Amino acid sequence: MNPAMPTIFLIIVLAPLAAAVIAGIFMRFIPRHFSHWVTILGVAVSFVLSVYVLWQMLYNSMGNFNVTVYNWGVVGNVQFQVGFLVDRLTALMITVVSFVSLMVHIYTIGYMADDPGYKRFFSYIALFTFAMLMLVMANNFLQLFFGWEAVGLVSYLLIGFWYTRPTAIYAGLKAFLVNRVGDFGFLLGIALVLTYSGSVNYAAVFAYAPQLAGQHMQLFPGLAWSVPTVICILLFVGAMGKSAQVPLHVWLPDSMEGPTPISALIHAATMVTAGIFMVARMSPLFELSDTALSVVMIVGAITAFFMGLVGIVQNDIKRVIAYSTLSQLGYMAVALGASAYAAGIFHLMTHAFFKALLFLAAGSVIIAMHHEQDMRRMGGLRKYMPITYITFLIGSLALIAFPGFAGFFSKDTIIAAVHDSQRAGASFAYWCVLLGVFVTALYTFRMFFMTFHGKERFVVEPGGKHDHGHEDHASEEHLAPGHLAHPPKESPWVVTVPLILLAIPSLFIGWLTIQPVLYGGFFGSSIYVAPNHHVMQRLTDEFHGAANMVRESVTSPALYLALAGVLVAWFFYLYAPQLPALLAQKLNAFYQLLIHKFYFDEIYAFFIAGGTRGLGNALWKGGDGVVIDGVLVNGSARAVGWLSGVLRRGQSGYLYHYAFAMIVGLCLLLGWLLLR
Amino acid sequence: MTITLFDFLALSGVLFAIGMAGVFLNRKNLILLLMCIELMLLAANSNFIAFSRYLNDPAGQVFVFFILTVAAAEAAIGLAILVVLFRNRHSINVEELDSMKG
Amino acid sequence: MTFTLPAFTPAIPEMFVLGMGCFILLVDVFLSDRHRVVTHWLSLATIAATAWLTVTVAENAGLLTFSDMFINDSMGNVFKLFTYLTVALTFLYARDYFNDRNLFKGEFYVLGLFGMLGMMVMISAHNFITIYLGLELLSLSLYAMVALDRDSPAASEAAMKYFVLGAIASGILLYGMSLLYGATGTLDITRLGVHIAEAPDINIGVMFALGFIIVGLCFKLGAVPFHMWLPDVYEGANTPVTLYVGSAPKIAAFALFMRLLVEGLGGLRAEWRTMLIVLSILSMAIGSIVAIVQTNLKRLLAYSTISHVGYILMGILVGTTAGYQAAMFYVITYVIMAAAAFGIIILLARKGFESDRLEDFKGLNDRSPWFAAMMLIVMFGMAGVPPFVGFFGKLYVLRAVIDAGMIWLAVVGVIFAIISAFYYLKVVKLMYFDRAPEGMKPVEASLDMRWVLSGNSLAILLLGVLPGPLMALCARVITF
Repeated sequence: MNPAMPTIFLIIVLAPLAAAVIAGIFMRFIPRHFSHWVTILGVAVSFVLSVYVLWQMLYNSMGNFNVTVYNWGVVGNVQFQVGFLVDRLTALMITVVSFVSLMVHIYTIGYMADDPGYKRFFSYIALFTFAMLMLVMANNFLQLFFGWEAVGLVSYLLIGFWYTRPTAIYAGLKAFLVNRVGDFGFLLGIALVLTYSGSVNYAAVFAYAPQLAGQHMQLFPGLAWSVPTVICILLFVGAMGKSAQVPLHVWLPDSMEGPTPISALIHAATMVTAGIFMVARMSPLFELSDTALSVVMIVGAITAFFMGLVGIVQNDIKRVIAYSTLSQLGYMAVALGASAYAAGIFHLMTHAFFKALLFLAAGSVIIAMHHEQDMRRMGGLRKYMPITYITFLIGSLALIAFPGFAGFFSKDTIIAAVHDSQRAGASFAYWCVLLGVFVTALYTFRMFFMTFHGKERFVVEPGGKHDHGHEDHASEEHLAPGHLAHPPKESPWVVTVPLILLAIPSLFIGWLTIQPVLYGGFFGSSIYVAPNHHVMQRLTDEFHGAANMVRESVTSPALYLALAGVLVAWFFYLYAPQLPALLAQKLNAFYQLLIHKFYFDEIYAFFIAGGTRGLGNALWKGGDGVVIDGVLVNGSARAVGWLSGVLRRGQSGYLYHYAFAMIVGLCLLLGWLLLR
Repeated sequence: MTITLFDFLALSGVLFAIGMAGVFLNRKNLILLLMCIELMLLAANSNFIAFSRYLNDPAGQVFVFFILTVAAAEAAIGLAILVVLFRNRHSINVEELDSMKG
Repeated sequence: MTFTLPAFTPAIPEMFVLGMGCFILLVDVFLSDRHRVVTHWLSLATIAATAWLTVTVAENAGLLTFSDMFINDSMGNVFKLFTYLTVALTFLYARDYFNDRNLFKGEFYVLGLFGMLGMMVMISAHNFITIYLGLELLSLSLYAMVALDRDSPAASEAAMKYFVLGAIASGILLYGMSLLYGATGTLDITRLGVHIAEAPDINIGVMFALGFIIVGLCFKLGAVPFHMWLPDVYEGANTPVTLYVGSAPKIAAFALFMRLLVEGLGGLRAEWRTMLIVLSILSMAIGSIVAIVQTNLKRLLAYSTISHVGYILMGILVGTTAGYQAAMFYVITYVIMAAAAFGIIILLARKGFESDRLEDFKGLNDRSPWFAAMMLIVMFGMAGVPPFVGFFGKLYVLRAVIDAGMIWLAVVGVIFAIISAFYYLKVVKLMYFDRAPEGMKPVEASLDMRWVLSGNSLAILLLGVLPGPLMALCARVITF
């Protein structure tokens, strides 16, 4: 065990924090470029050290670390500590997080070049990196929760980064509130863990887990619940909020109000995967409950398929990618539900690269279009921005799981794992993820064709007015073309270099790492799978190398579904662009369902938000205004005042009354003593 | 007929009760109040003497001497205050002593 | 029969005060009004010397002398030292006040010293006789002090009321003592305690005596319904006299509770507990509620005293060591707060202006921000706002009550504490948020008074921040 390692872990975590503090607190005193250099330096230090840690684990067979660096508090027998659990799962996560974060930092220099909140932005994203690293490196639930809430806080700050926009404020508020629902479950789960195991430390909790298996609790009298099931479902409610699973997904599409680098970093690559990571980390608990895993799987499957469907009708380029993210997170959850945690984490990793790539490429397009995000005002951009075009294509192919690309290996593994799973709901999940492949290909290439191919749906008017308008996205027909002052051009190197650097892993990471990560026992003890749940074991037996997997894909339905999706996208959006509107008219009911995202927002707004407001109003006016203020506060004050006025008359001023009171008191005391 | 301890106690009880009753029944003269207070002290004194005799313990009688002395001092101070009060108000009527109340 | 001289050493402080009191009385006769200040400093020097003597002859284990009539123990000595402190504060605050009103006579100091001697005897008393003598020495001094301002109708009325009611109370106490003497055959506290503890059944005489004695003691403390004298005396007397009446005698009365009720009648704890519960709740209720409508600050503080007495009784009635300790802490800190409160009233008063109405405090912050802040500390302290010491007094008492399993009583206490917070905060509101009436002059006071008063007020804050040492002291000396 390397004694320097705890220091290295501390530096990994604290370097971004120090950078964030410097850039944030001394915001007024430092020049603009200093703020990006200091934060990039901080994150780069984290990245290099993360790679070093991963390297040590992979090639120098370094063992797991579970170190406590600080004793924060003791309550009774429970110790609250700051500590790090660094095993291969953590090492992989910190490398991915710090890499994507570094890319986003560099990219931001170009994307936010003209923004007045430049320094604030860098401070926020460095702070986010710190929080995310704390989350994944935690060795106890308290620190996990700290990181969990801290990333949520930064996410809230960044969604509302352009705080003068009402939509951004609304989106930030929505993300915050929806996440509170999830966090409520999460906190309850942690509380239950603490109640039963008496510790918040992972090692202690996992050691206790086998004893948890047979225990039952009564949430309602007469109804016994298995404790692990309740704990795991509550923890997963937290994951549903953070990782945007149905029905707590509604905040993620709206979070696209934030700047695009944030969408890439927080709302695609890292923070939203925290829920997936957490479930994988808690695998010793989840393995105890088939019910909870079924819930995870079914929720994931619903998210994967139905959110993909919504993506088909979106016109905002970032929203399409956002729904795609939802759908992919659903895939990861399905993998977790099938006990194929490794596959879930593997997809998390590949997805982090290609989804960050897609977002950043979309951001590049948005820069070129002068912050126009509506794809109906794009088209034919291929010839203006070749690098963006190529990298976007790579990202899209990775996303639709085209054989050989990163997404292929991870997604096909998930589909195979679900196919093999015997768990309740597995066949439903299988059909969802399989059909999801078609949907994914359809919306991805619809977006791709609408953006880069076809005729240009914008007019270049030198000196003309800038149209930043966000018209009603719901009407497909007759949209005025966009106006641009300059013809679109390729973005600067700070934008394209991260694209290229992200495109490389999107191409190769799956090919290179599937063998060691999935089938080489990479995760070792960091993920626990019960012997009877071992779908990955069966897949390992069938696996004969990455090249073979590509070859075998010819025989799988997934490939043909993906190709069909691309073909349909081509047919509808390039060959016969008038068809979608026609189809929307014919299938109006279904179209309306999709365009309204299954009416989740409307239902929440009406029932939950409206109901809460109504209840709040009733309690405020009736409970607070009348009962508390009127009766309890002012009423009691009035009563005391009145009583005071009455009682003071007892002090009559007459000596014989005073003496009488004393004597009456004496007689009462004596009488009580005698008659007692 | 022999006089028992009980008779003494009854006598002092009656004296004490008369003193107490006098304090709040009398609404005219402050000097009467002072007399009632003396009566209460004397009730205690006769109690002490009776008990002292009954217990065959002289300490009670010693106490009585102290009480008598203190009572004299008390009466002196009471009368002094009475004089001051009369100078200020030209009255020693208990019913008029009500400038402070509430 | 041989007569052996008693040991005088344990009582040297008392004898010294007696001697000095007589000496100052004589000296004062020969002083002209210009040199009256000599009496002032001589009295303060006497108190300082007495404190030194008390510390010198202190007997921690407890030493009886004068045929077991007098005890010198650590509890008594601590009480005495705080008594000296309070009386010294009274003398310091009083000088300018009496100077302004042509009342700067030696009587106040001599009576003050004799009253202090009475308190010392009460504190050290170990026999009914000494208890009675100490009590009467204190009471007679107090009656005379209240009537000090011979030309004030209010003062003489207050003195008359105090005298009559006080005499009745001593009569009742004395009657109770006589019954107790008859029932147990002894006047000695220790033997009384032994007798009560050993008695197989409590006869009716003892029960009667208990009732009489509680009435007598509660009158001294000012518990409802034996509180009627308090508001009138507080209002009618000159403010320095009010300060004297309202502060040190509470310590002596508490000592009397400890000696008579706890040490002597501790065996009847179950009987007196219920009575004290009733008296305590009544005191808190009347004190908190009636204070709300008061417009005279001295009268308001009288009712505030009554409600604080309720808390002190609450500590006593618990009947545990922790309860007595909490009550002792409460008494001492209350006396310090009361001294500061009356001190500020004295400070603001001038010739022809008593500054004892609430409206006189309007806009004090504009006139004197420093003393407004001091008054704020006092008011917050009395209301029991942390970190001021009043909070810890209430906290310790309530904790003792809760530990004894009487949670409902603690709840009642907290409710009345909330009600009483109203009028303390009203004073703060007047000082900070109301405008001063036209023609109010800035505060002027001598330097020593400013310093001592500031120190007195800041002590409320300091003891609140560091309540440990004082509580440790209380815990050390109370071992019942």
